[in-house]
Amino acid sequence: MSSLPVNRQTALPGFQETDNTAENPGVRAPLVLNMDRFGQVTRQVCQVAESKKPPFAWYVAFTVSLGLVGLLGFCVNYLIFTGVGVWGLNNPVMWAFDITNFVFWVGIGHAGTLISAILFLFRQKWRTGINRFAEAMTIFAVICAGLFPGIHVGRVWLAYWLFPIPNQMDMWPQFRSPLLWDVFAVSTYFTVSFVFWFVGMVPDLATLRDRAKGRIQQFAYGLFALGWRGSNRHWHRYEVAYLLLAALSTPLVLSVHSVVSFDFAVSQVPGWHTTIFPPYFVAGAIFSGFAMVVTLAVPARQLFGLKDLITLRHLDNMNKIILVTGCMVGYAYSMEFFIAWYSGAMYERFAFVNRAFGQYWWAYWIMVSCNVITPQLFWFKSIRTSIPIMFALCLVVNIGMWFERFVIIVTSLANDFLPTSWDFFTPTWVDMGTMMGAFGLFGTLFLLFCRYLPMIAMAEVKATMPQANPHWSGYEAHDDHGHAGGSAKPSFASPDALRSPGSGPDGGPPAL
Amino acid sequence: MTTLSPINPPVTQGNQIPRKRLYGILAEFHDPAALMAAADKVRMAGFRWWDCHTPFPVHGLDKAMGIKRTILPVLVFGAGLTGTTIGFCLQAFTNAASFSIWALVWVTGYPFLISGKPLISMPAFIPVMFELTILLSALSAVGIMFLFNGLPRWNHPLLSNKRFLRVTDDRFFIVIESRDPRFFASRTEQFLKDLGAKAVEMVEA
Repeated sequence: MSSLPVNRQTALPGFQETDNTAENPGVRAPLVLNMDRFGQVTRQVCQVAESKKPPFAWYVAFTVSLGLVGLLGFCVNYLIFTGVGVWGLNNPVMWAFDITNFVFWVGIGHAGTLISAILFLFRQKWRTGINRFAEAMTIFAVICAGLFPGIHVGRVWLAYWLFPIPNQMDMWPQFRSPLLWDVFAVSTYFTVSFVFWFVGMVPDLATLRDRAKGRIQQFAYGLFALGWRGSNRHWHRYEVAYLLLAALSTPLVLSVHSVVSFDFAVSQVPGWHTTIFPPYFVAGAIFSGFAMVVTLAVPARQLFGLKDLITLRHLDNMNKIILVTGCMVGYAYSMEFFIAWYSGAMYERFAFVNRAFGQYWWAYWIMVSCNVITPQLFWFKSIRTSIPIMFALCLVVNIGMWFERFVIIVTSLANDFLPTSWDFFTPTWVDMGTMMGAFGLFGTLFLLFCRYLPMIAMAEVKATMPQANPHWSGYEAHDDHGHAGGSAKPSFASPDALRSPGSGPDGGPPAL
Repeated sequence: MTTLSPINPPVTQGNQIPRKRLYGILAEFHDPAALMAAADKVRMAGFRWWDCHTPFPVHGLDKAMGIKRTILPVLVFGAGLTGTTIGFCLQAFTNAASFSIWALVWVTGYPFLISGKPLISMPAFIPVMFELTILLSALSAVGIMFLFNGLPRWNHPLLSNKRFLRVTDDRFFIVIESRDPRFFASRTEQFLKDLGAKAVEMVEA
């Protein structure tokens, strides 16, 4: 079978897909379709930021998102001015939508770091098409996540107590608490993800700067491009720094959701106090994050005409990861049940039976059907490569993963050790409004990013094209010049010739 | 295209503004293969103050240019160790010490006794130590990288050059700076032309 891309016609105009998912070990599948020049990649990515007006659908989505941000602002202010009693919390359910949303959003972020860091270390070149906006998604998701612990503390104006800041009371945070580890883990995660995203974007901001026509664009892009001029001496250190960031982000991302899971696992609440939580949370985070990447990628590539860069192969690969992590999550669900029975701990056993058949049985079965059963459809290639079906399935996974956090948090708290104190949590309109508002905040930030920043890592995509290989000389066939060194292979003759510059009185730029 | 030549400056008349200094000579290539071959020859010719400029990192160009591997990872390792140390000292002081130190203001430690556990409970301190290690390493990796690269630098002779605008798009350049001991405008220009450059151009300082 050939691995050459095949054009697949569908009924609707504008929805044609080029199928580059065929596997042929002899031929590297193309990651950039219908383009053989670097300039074409630049134009296709930059036209989004350079166009006078975004597509109409952008305005619709932006209006809706901005409206939800207004709702968020209202709900948060209402909460602060009134008190956490406006939420449906009770004793014993003192954590509900707030922490569910926190864990959900932190989890969403994990796919971005996985794509940018772990797939980079594994030399998965297809990551280049999706890493930039997945990283952006990470940052915006962590912003949404950070909001919830911030407002759920009740007295928001004392949130600085979370940090070890010298104060007149000589008071320090208690570092033996997982909640404080969380403060450090999430703030480090945000900072490092932001730096990673920004550093990756500098060369592309330089592209936008060099193409900008207006003064404002030239100034704004120029300011953040930091004067990048593609020097190879710079690229050398840049690549080392990028590799280091990837190597540092990999354990970081695994630690973040592990620490989030410690918030539960270190406590003694039945249903929370389990050692499986760290790996289970990390797998779930990647699962939900990839579902969100697909949910965002499908409309974005359609709307902004990026189908040649975010190809069917990229989506197919992501769906495979969703399938794998979905199976891991399913394994974790069943292992929790097994251990609840095998441990012989009666409270633990009750917690799990109650989870599936108690007062929140519907939440549990929504979770299982969305997270374990539905993703199994991705075993079929026709489903993995069908745009509408994958979009629908990923929405289902997003819902399921939200419910997973709800199930873990609320069912464990609502029915704890003492039956007399059992209660039932019902969300209020403020709970719902805050949750919807967080989606609005996420959407607003993401839409602004799509509109004004390079949505695809142009420099990285170009480097994965076959034309970027110095041994590729395809243009020579139809270029009419006859230069001396153009097609000659570089000679790395003597080791003496390879001696590094930077020695001697005027021996060139310092080699640092 | 600006044609500058410091060898034969035009006769200046009266108070005419003299020509600007020469930053270097720019040679343009259209594909990585041509650039690699040319870079190899420039290095062989013994130039030191020169550079390649590319829209993306070209694999193998470091070797062709003879760039020594950066010491960045060593410094980042040091920064990481600093982060670990800060993480430990911060927690040990604030949660276990009963004395005061001066850290911009006088601060006093507070020995937290939690269910009879040791004051310095290492296992509980590890997550924060780990996070601070990562934080300092990552920030220093980026900070030192930009510092060594001399960035941010918003004005540079090359950034004022029209032809050079496409370096972030699809063009590949070799720039030999005039401060190189082997630089000799007309001869270097010819040398770059002989390397098969699509265009060779003087760059004003």
